[in-house]
Amino acid sequence: MIASIGIATVLGTSACSAGAPTSPPASSGKPSGSITVYNAQHEELTQAWADEFTKETGVTVTLRNGDDAELGNQIVQEGTASPADVFLTENSPAMTLVDNAKLLAPVAAATLENVPEQYRPSTGNWTGIAARSTVFAYNPKLLSEEDLPASLLDLADPSWKGRWAASPSGADFQAIVSALLELKGEAQAKSWLAAMKENAVAYKGNSTVMKAINAGEIPAGVIYHYYWFGDQAGTGENSSNTKMHYFKNQDPGAFVSLSGGGVLGTSKNPTAAQAFLAFITGKAGQEILQTGTSFEYPVASETDANPQLVPLDELEAPEVDPSKLNSTRVTDLMTEVGLL
Amino acid sequence: MKPAPNLPQQPAGGSARGRGAAGPGRRGRVPKRRPPLAIVLIAVAVSLLGLLPLGYVVVTAALTGWTELSGLVFRPRVGELLVNTIGLVVVTVPICAVVGVLAAWLVERTTIPGARVFAVLLAAPLAVPAFVNSYGWVSAIPSLNGLWSGVLIASLSYFPLVYLPCAAALRRLDFTVEEAAASLGTGPWRVFFRVVLPQLRLPLLGGSLLVGLHLLAEYGAFAMIRFDTFTTAIVDQYRSTFNGPAATALAGVLVLCCLFLLVGESAGRGRARYARIGSGVARAARRRPLGALTPLGWAFLAGVFVLSIGVPFWSVLRWIVAGGAAAWADGVVVSALAQTVLYGAIGAAVTCGLAFPIAFLAIRFPSRMARALESINYVTSSLPGIVTALALVTVSIRLVQPLYQTAVLVIVAYLLMFLPRALVNLRAGLAQVPPGLEEAARSLGRPPAAAFLGVTARFIAPSALAGAALVFLGIVNELTATLLLAPNGTRTLAIQFWSQVNDINYAGAAPYALLMIALSLPVTYLLFAKSRLVSAP
Repeated sequence: MIASIGIATVLGTSACSAGAPTSPPASSGKPSGSITVYNAQHEELTQAWADEFTKETGVTVTLRNGDDAELGNQIVQEGTASPADVFLTENSPAMTLVDNAKLLAPVAAATLENVPEQYRPSTGNWTGIAARSTVFAYNPKLLSEEDLPASLLDLADPSWKGRWAASPSGADFQAIVSALLELKGEAQAKSWLAAMKENAVAYKGNSTVMKAINAGEIPAGVIYHYYWFGDQAGTGENSSNTKMHYFKNQDPGAFVSLSGGGVLGTSKNPTAAQAFLAFITGKAGQEILQTGTSFEYPVASETDANPQLVPLDELEAPEVDPSKLNSTRVTDLMTEVGLL
Repeated sequence: MKPAPNLPQQPAGGSARGRGAAGPGRRGRVPKRRPPLAIVLIAVAVSLLGLLPLGYVVVTAALTGWTELSGLVFRPRVGELLVNTIGLVVVTVPICAVVGVLAAWLVERTTIPGARVFAVLLAAPLAVPAFVNSYGWVSAIPSLNGLWSGVLIASLSYFPLVYLPCAAALRRLDFTVEEAAASLGTGPWRVFFRVVLPQLRLPLLGGSLLVGLHLLAEYGAFAMIRFDTFTTAIVDQYRSTFNGPAATALAGVLVLCCLFLLVGESAGRGRARYARIGSGVARAARRRPLGALTPLGWAFLAGVFVLSIGVPFWSVLRWIVAGGAAAWADGVVVSALAQTVLYGAIGAAVTCGLAFPIAFLAIRFPSRMARALESINYVTSSLPGIVTALALVTVSIRLVQPLYQTAVLVIVAYLLMFLPRALVNLRAGLAQVPPGLEEAARSLGRPPAAAFLGVTARFIAPSALAGAALVFLGIVNELTATLLLAPNGTRTLAIQFWSQVNDINYAGAAPYALLMIALSLPVTYLLFAKSRLVSAP
């Protein structure tokens, strides 16, 4: 294991030299000036990217922080007048929303080369920048290992009433639902959501869900993996009483969500915007995922995940085309069943 | 979110009401002049701007179409929100009314030890934004959630809105009326319920209305304890769809709830007259010894203080200690403080400047139009910040692109939300300046502008400052509209606090909470001092 990381690091270093500095579109020269990033990723992570990028290039990066769907819809409404140069999401549906509105510029070829094909859409209008896995976090004092659900779909069973939590207003959970919708179809997704309305306790934010499980307020919840690792790396005060269960087996609950990055077609500084995306998917950007406190999975430049994480290829995630995930239909369905 | 009174029922406005009695006589002597055109134009423009949020909801609803709209309004989720929101108002408002009146009576009318100290201390919760109070309580008892937790936190945050005007009114009441009732054989309890309480009708109703409006508008405090109201649901929809039709449909229902409260309050005021008409000076009230009930009364005051101020302060300080120097280390704290003060100062100056023409027309050229201009702004400011913000985002993105995501738009939102705070104060100040003084200056050869600046402006400066201070307080503690409208890269104290809380970084949020409270405390004290001043017998 350690040896393979060592090799990957060496390989990575050589990949890096072909990465960031040379990747902006050939003709436009060195990046300069400033860019505005509509950031739905965790502020801390993007700030770390931005700081390092600024140090390397001198380009000033201004963040507007918000949620996936909020910023995605905002860009669509702003249309060609959008002040955004770059859009970063936590999950792909919001990126697809913007792509469908024809507002993204093609990602520079060198950047796409950083990212393996399964982590970017075939359109090439945006690219994966990181990934996160769905997990079922639980409190072993309230839920024993043998009673764990085999599938996310089991949570619709009345026996789960009042026993699991989620953050339905958040983009993370909505992305999981979009995968469910894509994998199982509208009728099954809707009936599952209706059951969820009955069974689940709604919290605001994945961290809050985990905190509640940890405090024994509720036995379990559906969140993403990195909240747990992030808390463990810190004080552990919101996670030490919890464990994680990976559904695996290509279950909808094993969904691995792709965080996306794209450059707006209307960007006034496309050179710097493309350079930022090249930096994020390049070795230096991906290593911030590997070694930083975000605990999200790197997906590009052959960077391994943080060794504490279950490797991506062992998660047995269902195959989902990220560009097919439909955020609007998900919020409509969730509004219909009364989760929103 | 708007922790200080902003309707004419507030204590500062009491002076407007009080001196208003002398108004009609003076009004007769105002020479028949036309108001300056510029003043009229500004007043009309500001008030038209004030129609924007309401207009936005109506127009969007009309454009959405009945079929889709009714589908979005008549669904079980809206029913749940309605039950939650109404339950919150119905339970919290009476609690605030009882706590506010009882506290006011204890500190103003009894010989309870420490009455003067408590009189100040019980105004202090206004300096703690409700979402910071909620953060304090959730830190202390993490399992808080749902209606009753909402009632607890909201009551502790908002009871001063009833307490302050009622305490001011109690100081102003002519004690001879109570003495007359007592001399006719009415016992002390019956005097309270049959003589004193009816006289408190206006401040009690006005304060309760403010509590109700704050309950409808609050986001952060309820989001933190997982209690869903219309406002939290609108924010959820906004996060999922930006400004989709479902958000607007919810906003429409919320606006109706606000209007219902406004109409209810105005119908409840009645036609009774409360002003003294006898000559001479009102008699100061005699304080009543509580006897055996003293410990009980004292425990009540101390309990309210500990729960409303002690708990949030203790939590904030505990997190400050836990976070240590690291939480302050990056430059963000300082820049957030600077941005907040700047927004507060500019917002306060602009709001006072634009409120002046409306106040000027209302006092110097009273007419049906002047009254209409005034009341538009009262209605607008009573709408939740989320509705105003949604309206401004949508209108600027579609119609006035150059203003979109600029500081100007944020200031406009603050203007619409807090204008009445400046208005009632300026109105009260202007009413106290006899127009004759300015005319005398002009007859002695001063040009009109110089006469105005030299006489009237100097006289109203203190009230303008008081109004500006209240607007400043509102801006410092505003969360929802600021979150939606702030230009890219802007980080105010409230925005930073909220971002840290969302990451469950309670220690990281503490410096911002502390600074918001520190900025608000002096203004709250000023508000308290002013309410004493105008109500001194």
